[in-house]
Amino acid sequence: MSFPLLTATAAVPAVGAILTAAVPAARRTAAKWLALLFSLATLALAAVVAVRFEPGGDRYQLTESHAWIKDFGVRYELGVDGIGVALIALTALLIPFVIGAGWHDADPLETHSSRWRPTQGFFALILMVEAMVIISFEATDVFLFYIFFEAMLIPMYFLIGGFGDRAHTGTDENAAAQRSYAAVKFLLYNLAGGLIMLAAVIGLYVVAGSFSLQEITAARAAGTLDIATNTERLLFLGFFFAFAVKAPLWPLHTWLPNAMGEATAPVAVLITAVVDKVGTFAMLRFCLGLFPEASKWATPVVLVLALISIVYGALLAVGQRDIKRLVAYASISHFGFIILGIFAMTSQGQSGATLYMVNHGLSTAALMLVAGFLISRRGSRLIADYGGVQKAAPVLAGTFLIGGLATLSLPGLAPFVSEFLVLVGTFARYPVAGIVATLGIVLAALYTLVLYQRTMTGPVKDESIRTMPDLKFRELLVVTPLIVFLIGLGVYPKPLTEIVNPAVEHTMSDVKQHDPEPEVEAAK
Amino acid sequence: MENLIALLVAAPLLGAAVLLCGGRRLDKAGHWLGTLLAGASFAVGLALFADMLGRDADDRLMTQHLFSWIPVEGFQADLAFHLDQLSMTFVLLISGVGTLIHMYSIGYMEHDERRRRFFGYLNLFLAAMLLLVLADNYLLLYVGWEGVGLASYLLIGFWQHKPSAATAAKKAFLVNRVGDMGLSIAIMLMFTTFGTFAFGPVLGAADETSEGRLTAIGLMLLLAACGKSAQVPLQSWLGDAMEGPTPVSALIHAATMVTAGVYLIVRSGAIFNGAPDAQLATVVVGAVTLLFGAIVGCAKDDIKKALAGSTMSQIGYMVLAAGLGPIGYVFAIMHLVTHGFFKAGLFLGAGSVMHGMNDEVDMRKYGALRKHMPVTFVTFGLGYLAIIGFPGLSGFFSKDKIIEAAFAKGGTEGWILGGAALLGAGITAFYMTRVMVLTFFGEKRWQPDADGHAPHPHESPRSMTVPMVLLAFGSVFAGGFFSIGDRFLGWLEPVTGYTHGHPPVSALTVTLATMVVLATGVAIAWAMYGRRPVPVTAPRGSLLTRAARRDLFQDDFNHVVLVRGGEHLTRSLVYVDHTLVDGVVNGTAASVGGLSGRLRKLQNGYARSYAVSMFGGTAILIAATLLMRAV
Repeated sequence: MSFPLLTATAAVPAVGAILTAAVPAARRTAAKWLALLFSLATLALAAVVAVRFEPGGDRYQLTESHAWIKDFGVRYELGVDGIGVALIALTALLIPFVIGAGWHDADPLETHSSRWRPTQGFFALILMVEAMVIISFEATDVFLFYIFFEAMLIPMYFLIGGFGDRAHTGTDENAAAQRSYAAVKFLLYNLAGGLIMLAAVIGLYVVAGSFSLQEITAARAAGTLDIATNTERLLFLGFFFAFAVKAPLWPLHTWLPNAMGEATAPVAVLITAVVDKVGTFAMLRFCLGLFPEASKWATPVVLVLALISIVYGALLAVGQRDIKRLVAYASISHFGFIILGIFAMTSQGQSGATLYMVNHGLSTAALMLVAGFLISRRGSRLIADYGGVQKAAPVLAGTFLIGGLATLSLPGLAPFVSEFLVLVGTFARYPVAGIVATLGIVLAALYTLVLYQRTMTGPVKDESIRTMPDLKFRELLVVTPLIVFLIGLGVYPKPLTEIVNPAVEHTMSDVKQHDPEPEVEAAK
Repeated sequence: MENLIALLVAAPLLGAAVLLCGGRRLDKAGHWLGTLLAGASFAVGLALFADMLGRDADDRLMTQHLFSWIPVEGFQADLAFHLDQLSMTFVLLISGVGTLIHMYSIGYMEHDERRRRFFGYLNLFLAAMLLLVLADNYLLLYVGWEGVGLASYLLIGFWQHKPSAATAAKKAFLVNRVGDMGLSIAIMLMFTTFGTFAFGPVLGAADETSEGRLTAIGLMLLLAACGKSAQVPLQSWLGDAMEGPTPVSALIHAATMVTAGVYLIVRSGAIFNGAPDAQLATVVVGAVTLLFGAIVGCAKDDIKKALAGSTMSQIGYMVLAAGLGPIGYVFAIMHLVTHGFFKAGLFLGAGSVMHGMNDEVDMRKYGALRKHMPVTFVTFGLGYLAIIGFPGLSGFFSKDKIIEAAFAKGGTEGWILGGAALLGAGITAFYMTRVMVLTFFGEKRWQPDADGHAPHPHESPRSMTVPMVLLAFGSVFAGGFFSIGDRFLGWLEPVTGYTHGHPPVSALTVTLATMVVLATGVAIAWAMYGRRPVPVTAPRGSLLTRAARRDLFQDDFNHVVLVRGGEHLTRSLVYVDHTLVDGVVNGTAASVGGLSGRLRKLQNGYARSYAVSMFGGTAILIAATLLMRAV
């Protein structure tokens, strides 16, 4: 038996989490380094996965399969396609930056020495989330996926509720209440989605007699497994609902601004750049793969909801007063693009959506982490408390601008490639939807540039900004590689598209769709 | 030779990277490095030009393919360059004028502590602009298109501590983004129509599709051009863009970037040729803008804003010419090049005046400067004569051809467009004479600045005057050089095509009419500003003057409709999101599982325990189900 590489990629951070949690209370720094070390080891393993993966090979590679709950047909089945590889790579890449950026976020406060803030717990939870997210990207058994899809809520819940942003207005009690509200809202929304999905998962087993994604897809493609139209639609809705909460899609999005606003900036990145991606990934893999006909049936409604997300999220971002909530609404707009690309059901749209998941992770991480550095300096999340920062901290302002430009998908940076692919892929099949979505490019410029202008330019707001220190070495170490990736994947996205393209072809054949032909060709 | 094309872009790009990431160590030498790399790009351009001249007219296209940029099923975008006569013209203009303006900036920005960064941005601009004109497909062109937009954003807002500069920068970017929507949609339409957006296949196959498609693509390209080239209705950002340092106004907002829209239309000639409705829209935009800009230019007291109005107006001429189709393409580009010389020269002259006058921009506080700044006076004066179309100078040749071509459009349209172009020439003569007289003639009206320093106007240093002299040289001779023996026509025709127009009146009549209109404009301006003393504070003026001063109410319109409207919209949406969407979703859940009541309860401390118990419940449920099945 070959080395279980996929299991190892998920197991390493899980082991790291346990070891980190076990570090004695006094050795906080050691715990941090240990967590960082394990996240880097995970990154190395993810790199091996990416190298070992052959773009032209089988659909699912590096597979592992073991019986688990025999009587119930649940198997421990792992395997990755190109989309999974890309997202595992993104996750493994981002976690070291999340840890580096949050280096001091869980240090005990001197003034609140009584508060329960174990540094060990913070970093252990981050690694635990990483492990669960990675295994979600690997699982090809629906039940196995479901378990980790749900289980990652627990560490996330504690990360949001237990380690809030220290910059808040009002009293500590008030802040604690808001934080707790945000954490519970996150949990209940996702749990509600999960419960409905659980019903659908059981329903699927009843109908298909198996949890294996590969078996069911193959049977459906071969025509040996026929699901009644209405049953398929119901099951689709059950799955889709859970993923739409996670992604999140309008109108199920309202938990995200609360969670991202109250959590520390690195945890906010973890939510939007990593955990939420499981939702969009699962739409592509499970909704389209298991229920192709129902997916097509639901497409018009999903496209409309995605368009609403794009425009609505962007408009709300414009209206925000809180920097982190602004980024949260921007993310809602971006998730709209991803879902639009998935359900446009064209090669460009789906490749674009997958690239979008990766690029959005990078761009949001860059913007949000720098925003976090800024917020920690001034102790406020309100845009109105800033002004003229570029005078005191030009490097901080510069990196913030690059993060913002990536968020507005400036050509030359990675997000442009994915956004344009989504737009063109959508336009090819649904021209009106494509045109409405391009509104997003104007609105994105509006909310990012207004944010930059209000915080960074103009006269220096007050003394605390005049004396604001520029980015420190650790902070530069976090931001610089992200910027390098944003530029690198903007100029040369080929390594990513090469991995993703074959997977998208498979998905396209799952849903039995072909790209619309260009008009000139069609006429011939 | 063809492998050198990438160097054109790479040299300034390298400069930008080094200067922006290099840190303070480079403060002493940064401006030299930036200028040197701009010059290197120009030198490569000249070498390629020489090579191109040595070839046959039909064999002048050079291409370079670097790598496949976005390879996705059914979608192919390459990083590849396309250098033909049209691109070559731009390459020389951009890198040539660009180098001169780098040189000028060494002196102009001498006392700015962020000079290194300024040169980094200028280099970034050059790289992006060269990419724009060298790209071999529309998507790569888009990268350059946004790149120049970014450089423009950074440079307009270069003095970010001034709120007005930061606002102007943001406004320019946003208005341009509206235009970018047009470019995006145009590219998407090309993709669905032709399956590609590379110049060769798209322009080659343009006649294989319906006129409706071509019209749609053409109109979207026009929208893009309106944004970048400050044409009505997306013109409002250009005046504000004058917040940037003056060399920026000269290079980006006069000579090169703002003419990118004209490049786009001429490059896409094959599409416009097949779409008469899109052409009609183009000429209307051009004609309206040339009058709009000219009227605004008449009323401004800020020398840079007057010149900005003029730029809009002159680009209006180019867009008008480009909309006329093969009759006008060559002349649109010819006017673009001559305008690049004289408008850059005029802006550098304005910068030189400001340099000597404590950065004062109000022309009512100038006067009698010709004795104090002789070089500036002469070079500015030559630029002035060139722009109004004084016989023999550059503008005369290029503008005259456009007016002729407009008449040649034929029918009522021809008369209207020709008339508009002719009227525009008269107004141009008026407002430029006004600028000239207010600045260099008449009485001294100098005022001490805010700190109480009286101005001591002096000639600018050599690094600033040399570029001005060179540009004045171009302003005087370029037009004649291009026109003798139809050199420019012969050069560009293989790319853009050309058909002779037949104006309803003879060419000589058009020229004579232009001269009469021109003389009238000059005379009126002289009568109003040369023969009467000029008050330091502007008189109230007629309704038209007041309207023109407020840019014909464009900003008021934008403010009321877009800014206010948008604010109300976002504010009400924030409210809706908080109460309605959140409320309804929570409420629906409540009716199912009593969620909202519990949510409320959770805020007072039971949260964690409740959540855990709920999750625990789920876990038990799952376990129970499994066990039941297993047993």
